[in-house]
Amino acid sequence: MLFENYDPLKGEMLQILDHEGKIVNDKLEPKINKDTLIKMYRTMVLGRVADEKALQFQRQGRMLTYAPNIGQEAAQVGPMAALKDNDWLVLAFREFNAMLYKGVTLEQAFLYWYGNERGSRYDDEVRVLPINVPIGSQINHAAGVAYASKLQKKDEVAIVFIGDGGTSHGEFHEGMNFAATFDLPMITVIQNNQYAISTPRHKATKAKTLAQKAIAYGIPGIQVDGNDPLAMYVAVEAARERAIKGEGPTLIEAVTYRIGPHTTSDNPKLYREDEEVERWMKKDPIQRFKKYLIDKKLWSEKKDEALHEEHKQNVLETFKHVEETGDVSLEEIFEYTYENMTPNLVEQMEYYKEYLKQGGNE
Amino acid sequence: MPNKTILQGINEALDQSMEKDKTVVVYGEDVGYEGGVFRTTAGLQKKYGEERVFDTPIAEAAIVGSAVGMAINGLKPVVEMQFSGFSLPAYNQIVTHVARFRNRSRGKYHLPMVIRMPYGGGVKALEHHSESLETLYAHIPGLKLVIPSTPYDAKGLMIAAINDPDPVIFMEPKRIYRAFKQEVPDEMYEVPIGKARMVKKGNDITIIAWGALVREVEKAMDLVRNVDAEIIDLRTISPIDQETIINSVKKTGRVLIVHEAVKSFGPAAEIISLINEKAFVYLEAAPRRLTGFDITVPLPKGEPHFIIDPEQIAYEVKNIMAFEA
Repeated sequence: MLFENYDPLKGEMLQILDHEGKIVNDKLEPKINKDTLIKMYRTMVLGRVADEKALQFQRQGRMLTYAPNIGQEAAQVGPMAALKDNDWLVLAFREFNAMLYKGVTLEQAFLYWYGNERGSRYDDEVRVLPINVPIGSQINHAAGVAYASKLQKKDEVAIVFIGDGGTSHGEFHEGMNFAATFDLPMITVIQNNQYAISTPRHKATKAKTLAQKAIAYGIPGIQVDGNDPLAMYVAVEAARERAIKGEGPTLIEAVTYRIGPHTTSDNPKLYREDEEVERWMKKDPIQRFKKYLIDKKLWSEKKDEALHEEHKQNVLETFKHVEETGDVSLEEIFEYTYENMTPNLVEQMEYYKEYLKQGGNE
Repeated sequence: MPNKTILQGINEALDQSMEKDKTVVVYGEDVGYEGGVFRTTAGLQKKYGEERVFDTPIAEAAIVGSAVGMAINGLKPVVEMQFSGFSLPAYNQIVTHVARFRNRSRGKYHLPMVIRMPYGGGVKALEHHSESLETLYAHIPGLKLVIPSTPYDAKGLMIAAINDPDPVIFMEPKRIYRAFKQEVPDEMYEVPIGKARMVKKGNDITIIAWGALVREVEKAMDLVRNVDAEIIDLRTISPIDQETIINSVKKTGRVLIVHEAVKSFGPAAEIISLINEKAFVYLEAAPRRLTGFDITVPLPKGEPHFIIDPEQIAYEVKNIMAFEA
C-alpha cells in the first residue's frame, strides 16, 4: 500500500519526478496516457500564463485583487488528472489550475476576479463548487457532498483543497473528523505553500508535518512533493481507490511554495528573503514536467514556444471579452437571494428604480 | 381528528417527509439512536436506518457545513442544533454559506435544507439553553426564519420548510413542545411560509407575537376583557408578512409587539419601523414593544423576572389603550 510506505512522522515524502525532471522512483511512475499528460501540461502552462497576465491586469487597474498560483500548478493539476469527470471539486481560492482542468472556462475564472458573480456560475455539468473565501470552511461542504455520494451509492468522490493556513482552522478538524467517522469518499489536499499570508507554517503549528494530522483521525496521511505532478497524481489515484472502496478519506499534504504574493494586495518581500524564493524557483513544476515530456518524446521546445504564444493570445482575447461584459444589472443583484423575490426585496428594488427614474445617481 | 402536541407535529412532519422523499435526511447531536434530547426525532432511525437518521460528533459547523454539501449533491438535509444557544459554532457556515450559495453561484446551486433549533426560555435551564436569537438569523439575506406556536402549524410549517427550495431556520418553542394538544390531520399538508396567522380578529389593538408567547397573549386578553384585540401570530419572522401587519394596524391604530428576544435591535424594532413607514397616519398611540431585557437570560433563580407573563402583557395593553395623542 502506497500510504503505509510513507510515514509523515519520519518526514518521508513521496517524490517520483525530481526537480531536474528525472524519474527517481520508477516503480511508482504512473502509466498516464499521452492525451492526459498533454492536457496536464497544457493546463499548467495556461494557468501560469494566465496568472502572470492577471497580475499585470491588476496592476493596470483592470482587475480586482487576485490570488496567484505560480509555483503550485502541479499540486493542483496532478490531483485533477487522477480523478473522473463525475468527481466533485471543492475549492478554497488558490486552485485556478484545478478549476481549468475540471472544466471551468478561463472566461468564468477571470470574470470572478473581475468582480462579477456570474464568474462562479460554471457550466451545468461541471462539478465544481464556487471559490470559497472563509478559510477552512469548505472542508465541511466536501464532507457533505461525499456523504450524499455514499448514501445515494454514486460512484464518485469529492476532492477538497485547503491551504496550510486553513489547517489551523477549527472547521478543518470538524470536517476531517466527520469525513473519517463516516468513511466518506473524500480526498483532502493541503496545498502547503509555506505561508498563511505572511505567517510561515512553523509559526502556525507545532506539528512537524501537516500530513501527520491524519493520524489523529484514524486515516492515512502522506507528504508529497507538491511540485511533482506525477507524485500528486499517484497519491490522489490511490486515495480515490480507497474512497471508492468505502475505506474513507485520505489526507495529502502537497509540499509546495507560493512563488508570488498571497494576493495582489500583499508584498512578500516584507516577510521572506529573495534567496528562499529563488531556491524554490529551481524546483519549478512546469520546468520539470516539460523535461519529462521531452524525454518521453511527447513534447519539444518548439511546441512549447507555440503553446505559450497560443495561451498568451487566448488570455488576452478572453480578458477582452471579460472587460466587455460591463456592469451587473440592478435586477440581477436582487434575483438570486431566494428562488422568488420576497415582497421586501421587490419593494427595495422598485424604490431604487424609481429613484433612478427621478434622475438619481447610481 | 387526533390531538397532538407541537413535538408530535414536528415528528410526524419529519416522518412523513422521509417516507415520501428518499432524499430527506435527518441528523445532528443525539438525534438518531436517542431520538434527540427532547425526543423530537424519536423513532425515525429505527424506521429509516442509520444512514438517513444519524448521530454526529459534537461539531455544529460540520453538521451545517456538511448539510450544504449534501444539499448540493441531491439530498434534503434537516439538521438539528441541540439548542439555539449552541448554533453559534455553526453561525459562520449559516451566514457565509447557507444564506449565500444561490447568489454566489448565480443559481447554479441552491440549498433546500432546514436547520432546526429549540429556542426560548422558561424551562429552568442552564446557561445557553434559553436564548431567543431571532435577530441573528432574520437579519441575514438568503435565510428564512419560521417559528410555529401550535401543533397544526408545527407540522405544516415543517413540511413547507422541507419542501422549500431555500434554506429555512426552524426555531421550535421548546417551552410548549408538550404544553397542549390540538387537532392535527394525519395526512401531509403545508402551512405557507411568509404568511402570518390571524389568531383572533379585533378592532381596538393589534398584538403581534410568535412562539410560546402567542398563548401568553391569549391568556392576557382574558384579563382585559373590555379590549377587543386583534392577535397576530407572525409564524414567519423572515420574510415578514407586511400585509397582515399593516392592514391590521390601519384598522386598530394601536399596536403591541411581544417577544422574548432582548429589546435593542430586536424583531419588534423592525416591525415598528415597518409600521411607521406604512401606517404612520393611522396610528392613534405610539407603538410599543414588550420584550426581554437587554441582559443575558438569567439562570432559573432569576429567570422569572425575565419571562413575560400574561399579567405584564395585560398591563401593557392597558397602557396603550390609555394613550391619548
